[in-house]
Amino acid sequence: MRHLLVKDLRILRRSPLLVGLLVVYPLIVALLIGFALTRGPEKPRVALANEVPETASTINLGGEEIDIGDYAQRLFAAVEPVEVDSREEAVELVESGDVLGALVIPQDATRRLQEVVNLGSVGGEPPQVEVIVNTQGPLQGSLVDSLIQTQLLQANAALSERATQAAAQYLDILLSGGSFSLLGQSIDILGLQRSVEVLEGVKQRLPEDDPQREAIQEVQTFAQLAVDNLDFSDEILSTINSPVQVETTRLEAGSATLDDFTIAVAVSVSLMFVCLLLAAGMLALEREENAFGRLVRGLVSRLGVVVEKLGLAALCGGTVGGIMLVGLAVFLDLDFARAPAWLAALALASLAFGALGVLVGALARDVRAASLLAFLLSLPLAFLALVPPGAVTGVLSTVIEVVSAVFPFAPTLEAVQAAIAGDALLAPLLHLAVLLVAFTALARIALARFGAT
Amino acid sequence: MLPDIGPTIPGVTASASATQAPSIAARAVSRRFGDRQALREVSFEALPGELVAIIGPNGAGKTTLLSILGGLQKPSGGEVSRPPREVGWVPQQTAIYAKLTVRENLKLFARLEKVDDPAGAVERALELTGLHGRADDVLSELSGGNRQRVNIAVGLLADPPVLLLDEPSSALDPRQRERLWAFITGLVEGGRTTVLWSTHDVGEAERHADRVLVLADGELLFTGSPAALHAEVGGVQRDFEAAFVRFLHKRGH
Repeated sequence: MRHLLVKDLRILRRSPLLVGLLVVYPLIVALLIGFALTRGPEKPRVALANEVPETASTINLGGEEIDIGDYAQRLFAAVEPVEVDSREEAVELVESGDVLGALVIPQDATRRLQEVVNLGSVGGEPPQVEVIVNTQGPLQGSLVDSLIQTQLLQANAALSERATQAAAQYLDILLSGGSFSLLGQSIDILGLQRSVEVLEGVKQRLPEDDPQREAIQEVQTFAQLAVDNLDFSDEILSTINSPVQVETTRLEAGSATLDDFTIAVAVSVSLMFVCLLLAAGMLALEREENAFGRLVRGLVSRLGVVVEKLGLAALCGGTVGGIMLVGLAVFLDLDFARAPAWLAALALASLAFGALGVLVGALARDVRAASLLAFLLSLPLAFLALVPPGAVTGVLSTVIEVVSAVFPFAPTLEAVQAAIAGDALLAPLLHLAVLLVAFTALARIALARFGAT
Repeated sequence: MLPDIGPTIPGVTASASATQAPSIAARAVSRRFGDRQALREVSFEALPGELVAIIGPNGAGKTTLLSILGGLQKPSGGEVSRPPREVGWVPQQTAIYAKLTVRENLKLFARLEKVDDPAGAVERALELTGLHGRADDVLSELSGGNRQRVNIAVGLLADPPVLLLDEPSSALDPRQRERLWAFITGLVEGGRTTVLWSTHDVGEAERHADRVLVLADGELLFTGSPAALHAEVGGVQRDFEAAFVRFLHKRGH
């Protein structure tokens, strides 16, 4: 068996294109993923057509001048704004693909906003901004649309908070008294608390049997009630500002992050291709070169040939997976103390994929057919394994679960993810071991058909 | 070795049969594929140093018989006197690795054969096949004839007493064929190796075989020298091929 393994490695060494793909491919994938994960997401380019005149960019809120431009900047915190002069220019940029979307702020935006926030202008039409996206790229369009909608919600919330603060100031003046500015004039307000005191003074000065005392008492009681309740107004207003608050609870089923998942997908896909194609191709090669019959007539048992191909797949798959993980560790914070777990996951995953590859190689007549069969089998099954749980329901969900369970991709993904994150590894390893035994047995049965060359 | 092959073996002279132990013998070997009977109780023996040709029309069971003798297939019934490891096997299509050199191929199979001295066996095989000059050439760079020589060299690595060749010259041009036969006849000289080969080329069988086995529809119809086959049909045919065809007609094939 050892001699067969050396022979296969020698053949691989003399296939520079194949070896190049086996070594360079995972390295490139590792580098790309490393760069992608460490650089973080790029901001999408979004055109901004601000048609509000510079002289009309402020509104008065509670006596304070607020520049709406400040809020527009918040709006563009998550995108790279490209300023344009008109809506037409923004549409042109979106159509040409120079920007992923555009936001148009109309001329009357600040006027309408002023009307909305003015305490005396209840019922004014709120300002309306326009979001333009190109639906030619549905994914990008949806992304930009969602992004701008989210940012608008945040800008609205910020403005709402500012308006709430202004309302609270008015209520405070109403409660405690003071002065505020309206249309350039300062107005003094007595305040409810002082009103109660004034009424108490007036009441004391009236004779005991004066009928007006009762009326004054009623007004005083009302004023005191208003004072007592308006004391809670700040809290109530802040509640209206954020009526629903979110607290996220993460159940400790696993500690894998999105980065871990991305790495695990990259490693699993590479292992799948390397091991499946190598085991299937190298077994098919034994038959294509008519050597299989010569081998199994007493030199090596059929099971021996299968085990040798499994060893080859594990050796090459483990090496490729190891290169990828070490390559990614250069960019990302992977814990080298978990290397034994990485090795265990890589070894069993390579063996399980190798066993499936040997089965494919035993079913196909030659290397080309084996490679094609391996591709046809692996790609859709890997795709199915990536369908998130809950994305589909009913019978289809059950079918996907079963198919994913009998193909090594899903348990490999789980094992690599757990090995990277330091989660429990035993269950996915056992799953892979069961698949290894099952596919090896099936491959051995399939090979029984072949004796003579 | 099969202890008792039976009282009479067609085509083997009584004196030869009595004085020499056969190198290989088949006794009532049968092979069935589903409903089809590929071999029907074929029995024969081959003596040391004999060149035995297995001839017959297409589908006669020639390759099946060789595969059973070489251990590639198990018979449905009957037995073979030698285990596969003691028999050299040379398939019709070269069964060697195109990306390895001649020497690497030989070394690999010598190790798999577990011969005592793999390096020595490789040198001997290179010497026997005259491939010393091409030992470090990758197989894919060799001509069909040279590849067939490597194919045969692999079959000889363990120095087997019996060598089986399935249509060894079918892919060779006349010059390569002549060199191949010079090499094979060299092997049997001295009586150390017995060679059995299957062929469609009955002229080749006539020229090189000490004995021919005629198979048709899985049945062994004749064993004997080419001259005996000629005599079997009255000796009136001009050439061996015509005699062979007449023999088949006579036997209803």
